[in-house]
Amino acid sequence: MTEQNDIRAPLPLGAAKRGYSGVIQHLAVGDAASALAADELESRLIELGFVEGARVEVLHEGIIGRDPIAVRVENVTIALRRREAMAIIVA
Amino acid sequence: MHLALVGTPNSGKTSLFNALTGSRQKVANYPGVTVERKEGSFVTPSGRQISVVDLPGTYSLRGRSPDEEITRDMVLGRTAGETAPDLVLCVADATNLRLTIRLLLELKSTGRPLMLVLNMFDIATRRGVSVDVPRLSEALGVPVVTSIAVRKGGTADLLRRTDEIAAQAHMPVAQNLWQPLTVAQLRATQREADRIIAATVSLPAKPDTWTARIDGVVLHPVAGLAILAAILFVMFQAVFAWAQPLMERLSSAFEALGQLVHDTLPAGLLQSFLQNGVISGVGSVIVFLPQIIIIFLFILLLEDFGYMARAAFLMDRIMGGAGLHGRAFIPLLSSFACAIPGIMATRVIDNRRDRLTTILIAPLMTCSARIPVYTLIISAFIPDNQVWGWVNLRGLVMFGLYTAGITSALGVSFLIKFFMLRDYAPAPFMLELPDYKLPRLKSIAIGVYTRVKMFLHRAGTTIFSMMVLIWFLASFPQAPAGAEGPAINFSLAAIIGKAIEPLLAPLGFNWQIAVALIPGMAAREVAVAALGTVYAIEGGKEAADQIGQVLATKWSLATALSLLVWYIFAPQCASTLAVIRRETGSWKWMAITFAYMFVLAYAASLVTYNIAYALGAG
Repeated sequence: MTEQNDIRAPLPLGAAKRGYSGVIQHLAVGDAASALAADELESRLIELGFVEGARVEVLHEGIIGRDPIAVRVENVTIALRRREAMAIIVA
Repeated sequence: MHLALVGTPNSGKTSLFNALTGSRQKVANYPGVTVERKEGSFVTPSGRQISVVDLPGTYSLRGRSPDEEITRDMVLGRTAGETAPDLVLCVADATNLRLTIRLLLELKSTGRPLMLVLNMFDIATRRGVSVDVPRLSEALGVPVVTSIAVRKGGTADLLRRTDEIAAQAHMPVAQNLWQPLTVAQLRATQREADRIIAATVSLPAKPDTWTARIDGVVLHPVAGLAILAAILFVMFQAVFAWAQPLMERLSSAFEALGQLVHDTLPAGLLQSFLQNGVISGVGSVIVFLPQIIIIFLFILLLEDFGYMARAAFLMDRIMGGAGLHGRAFIPLLSSFACAIPGIMATRVIDNRRDRLTTILIAPLMTCSARIPVYTLIISAFIPDNQVWGWVNLRGLVMFGLYTAGITSALGVSFLIKFFMLRDYAPAPFMLELPDYKLPRLKSIAIGVYTRVKMFLHRAGTTIFSMMVLIWFLASFPQAPAGAEGPAINFSLAAIIGKAIEPLLAPLGFNWQIAVALIPGMAAREVAVAALGTVYAIEGGKEAADQIGQVLATKWSLATALSLLVWYIFAPQCASTLAVIRRETGSWKWMAITFAYMFVLAYAASLVTYNIAYALGAG
């Protein structure tokens, strides 16, 4: 199990399917086409608990374009749009 | 001694506030801004008088929105005219400490005396979360207490420790070293928080299974939306059907009171003033109390249960199609109770354009003040039939009126997005979905009680004074001796009403409606009372008792439908316009709101009246 996680290629959380679970590698706020400035987006993501090493799992998806997504971050559930989730690199 | 409650949204801050203060609460605004200021007081076991403010929920002290700025400035003691808190209580949901511990580490740098309150400790224990409280306190360097806000005696520990801290002659206020955190510092504090939690808290392997199970259904893309629609449908059926028996009882009580006044006092001005002006006027508004209680009950229950955030999640993209932000769902849903708290609740939307759009359309949501008008007209003109065996036709019409409000709001929002705010990049939607919790009866009761108090206060002041004015306009000047026809035809009200009548005549409105619409500007529901007064003075006692039947004989169905439609759109509430002016900070947006709603109302009523007339309902 852990071995499988180790060799998995990193991908942005915004591209993950429902049921995906992994660990945050780093934040790449430049990659997200968010309306927010990079620093602001990064600050908000951190305030909601998206920091390196945190376990995440995609629990739910919305009806239109599978967006937004509900993500379990450690023991908190956060709803966000895929556009912003692209800044979170997981593996 | 002054306490301040600080915590992340959903930390159970408000239920702790309710548990500490009970109904000894004062809700006002901070000067200059429209952030709600909730203050209460209580007495500790040792007899110390303590005042406590419930500060807006926040994840950090950065102050991204007016609400969060208030929290920051209050904690830092920067708010003019406010005493800095002697003790800051940082409230945490014990099942979910991560984000609060980070906030607490940031709060520590302000130098204010701090205490961490692990709220909902019973739920945490039941789920297998175990916290080493002494070690946590040591690691954080602040006192830590546990509490169960919803249980009697659940705050005993908190009260005892507050007493102990208050007993120290000089509370240690350290120097304020707080500065806005950089991204790197933010990340470092979250890491530090995670390290402390790892050392002092043991978490169960599985998350809350109930929340996961419920979300599996409630957040399902298709079933979830169906459930949301069903909840809204039941809500509106309830507002109409369940409230009926209570309303009838209230109405007959006022009738009896009016009769008593009629029998006790000699005929004359005083009798007419009390019976027609005061009792039938104010009474006809108070009758709607049961419906207002029911709608607030639903909204508060859903909020307490944790469903509101789910509704925002489900609606985000759908509302996005109409140019609205998912967060706009909660303000818009609150607008069903009243547009004023709804517009104030738009402060959770931090993007100015999203917020502006939401403010512009919030008054189109059917607020509770429209209920009296809808109810009156529906019960006078729509038969009390069942359709498809179980759906009440009147309830269905009511549902239709609500739907019309929502649809037009979405339409207007779409047009705003299309024409006015074109270069639009959607603001992010990021929201915590809290674990479900059984709604707390006491909290709900306090919430409903505060709203009822506000409604009755309005009935006692605004509505009462409007009624006195209407009665005066409808009674003076009095008919000359020996004149033919009802006395009201000679009054100021008739003169005013007839002056406006030509403008409203194409909509099928008569001068009595025109008169009633004027005080309706102060508060929509006053129009009902005003119609009651106008027709009571015109038609005598029987008319006052049965205003519905009177309308059914005096108006055509086309007029009734036209007035219903008018009420969906009309900018009929001066306080809403005033709040828009205050929240947007400009007369321009207030004027735009007024103009677009007036045009919409006039056009829609005109079309409705003419179609209904052509179909033979005139």
